[in-house]
Amino acid sequence: MTDRHPPAAGEPTPDAPLLELIGAGVRVGGRSLWSGVDIAIGAGEFVAVLGPNGVGKSTLVKTVLGLIPLSAGSLRVAGRPPGAANPVIGYLPQRRSFERRVRIRGIDVVRLGLDGNRWGVPLPGAGRYSARARAAAARVREVIELVGAEAYARRPVGELSGGEQQRLLIAQALVSRPRLLLLDEPLDSLDLPNQAAVAALVSRICRTEGVTVVMVAHDVNPILTYLDRVVYIAAGGAATGRPREVITSETLTRLYGTPVEVLSTSDDRLVVVGSPEAPALHVDRHTPGDHAPHHRGRP
Amino acid sequence: MISHVVLPAVVPPAVLRASSADFYLPLSWNVVEDVRQVLSFPFMVNAVRAGTVAAVLAGVVGWFMVARRQSFIGHTVAVVGFPGAAGAVWLGMSATYGFFAFAVIAAALIALASGSGHDGQAPGEDSAVTGTVHAAAVALGFLFTSLYGGFTGSATALLFGSFLGVTAGQVQLLLAVAAVAVLALVVLARPLLFATVDPAVAAARGVPVRAVSVAFLLLLAVAAAEVAQVTGTLLVFALLVVPAATAQALTPRPAASLALTVVIGIVIIWAALFVAFYRPYPIGFVLTTFAFAAYLAAVTWRYRARALTRLRTRLSPAGGGWATGRATDARDAGVPS
Repeated sequence: MTDRHPPAAGEPTPDAPLLELIGAGVRVGGRSLWSGVDIAIGAGEFVAVLGPNGVGKSTLVKTVLGLIPLSAGSLRVAGRPPGAANPVIGYLPQRRSFERRVRIRGIDVVRLGLDGNRWGVPLPGAGRYSARARAAAARVREVIELVGAEAYARRPVGELSGGEQQRLLIAQALVSRPRLLLLDEPLDSLDLPNQAAVAALVSRICRTEGVTVVMVAHDVNPILTYLDRVVYIAAGGAATGRPREVITSETLTRLYGTPVEVLSTSDDRLVVVGSPEAPALHVDRHTPGDHAPHHRGRP
Repeated sequence: MISHVVLPAVVPPAVLRASSADFYLPLSWNVVEDVRQVLSFPFMVNAVRAGTVAAVLAGVVGWFMVARRQSFIGHTVAVVGFPGAAGAVWLGMSATYGFFAFAVIAAALIALASGSGHDGQAPGEDSAVTGTVHAAAVALGFLFTSLYGGFTGSATALLFGSFLGVTAGQVQLLLAVAAVAVLALVVLARPLLFATVDPAVAAARGVPVRAVSVAFLLLLAVAAAEVAQVTGTLLVFALLVVPAATAQALTPRPAASLALTVVIGIVIIWAALFVAFYRPYPIGFVLTTFAFAAYLAAVTWRYRARALTRLRTRLSPAGGGWATGRATDARDAGVPS
């Protein structure tokens, strides 16, 4: 860990932002994705990163993880430079689901999040004499209970529904007690009831575990009621603030540089109309019919 | 000293039987006595030792290979052993060195040629690169066996196995190589599994995904070269794929299925050696048939088990994951904003 601010060495002060970008910009393949982005996210906040396809939302997540370098500005996670803070980050990448043929249990996938990066293997039967092995197993059970996956955690993960897999992956991201959860489109590829349930689960974890959640989302509506703030990225820049302040006709028109209208439906959902890449925030992208096979847990 | 590849130092009964149909050892129904008789031949002791060592290494490496879906690469690095061994024989060296050298070089080439891995693709996922190496290898092997001249039997031995002629020295080399390889895999195991199941998360958690993948390709080459010396280059999958696929069909617990893989491998190689000693069928056929039967049985058992579970769930709608999933959803949906 190389901290360049001596007073802030070690743990940052409680009110210091957990994630801070100042004048940050990034170039991928010679093309500037976004620049001049200022974000400060405090401990325990639930923040969504919104914006149209290809604007660089996943790239933002990767810069926080130190996988892609910034081209301008600075980025600090828990007072540390990107990459150095990864042990306190729980990451859920944008993904397709596990293939049906993956013959490994959900509980093993969760366990990898705890010590999968260590060399060597635990001795068989370590739980009988090692307190650390027992603590590890207990922690895995705890997060599986937290996400409500007890019933299927011991089944092959490839045979589970999209919603079940997503819960186990959230458990995997949580198992190492991170201070920041980075979730890249966790609601994508889920049907509407599962989107609502997983959004509620993430919000519950954010409140009860005191974890900061940064969720990249394509559609803000499933998480709208839970959000503290949103970061809206478009056309090279970004706007940050409370959802109802950012997702407005004025702000988005300014961000996109073309007229954009935000409509509110009778059930308080938001619809963005007229943006250059229209499907940024629409509601009917996931029709009730497109749910994953072997879907359980439908309310 | 090349004779052990083309002509075993001690001619096994199976070979004699091929030329004179009258000669074969009697099979009594006393299994203990039969096993004692099998092991009274030094070449059979060597074969059992070599087979066991190969089965253990093939089991642990093959388990990861199946989990990583890299069977095509496994086959290719084994096939590359064919020109390696043929070339070594042509140059008057032991085929063993040719197997190892060519397989490891091929794995390194495949790793080098198939991208940086930064785009999320593991090294070796490019099947076109692998296929190109594969074709070149077979052609080169054919050239070497032609240059060596005359002995079509040597090509058959390299392709379909010749381990009834394994020497004690070879067994020691196989054992030493396998010990190092298994140790390396034990060190790699957890990050390798992480990188297999979840490469993006593993990379974020500090696993050197590309380095681990390349290291595994080299281990796979070593294992394939070892197995090829027992089963021949074309039948490596009998020990490299089938035990792992069988075990993974039986249990999704990683430690249990890994152990089961090794056990299945050892059992089928022992059974195959025993049968091939007493019956005039080639060892490669017997081994592959046992492996296939084990896999078939495992898959059948799994479908039966799954059908039973489904039936049980349908009969008791109050129990099982369905109801619990509902309860969780209700709890989450009820959280105030």
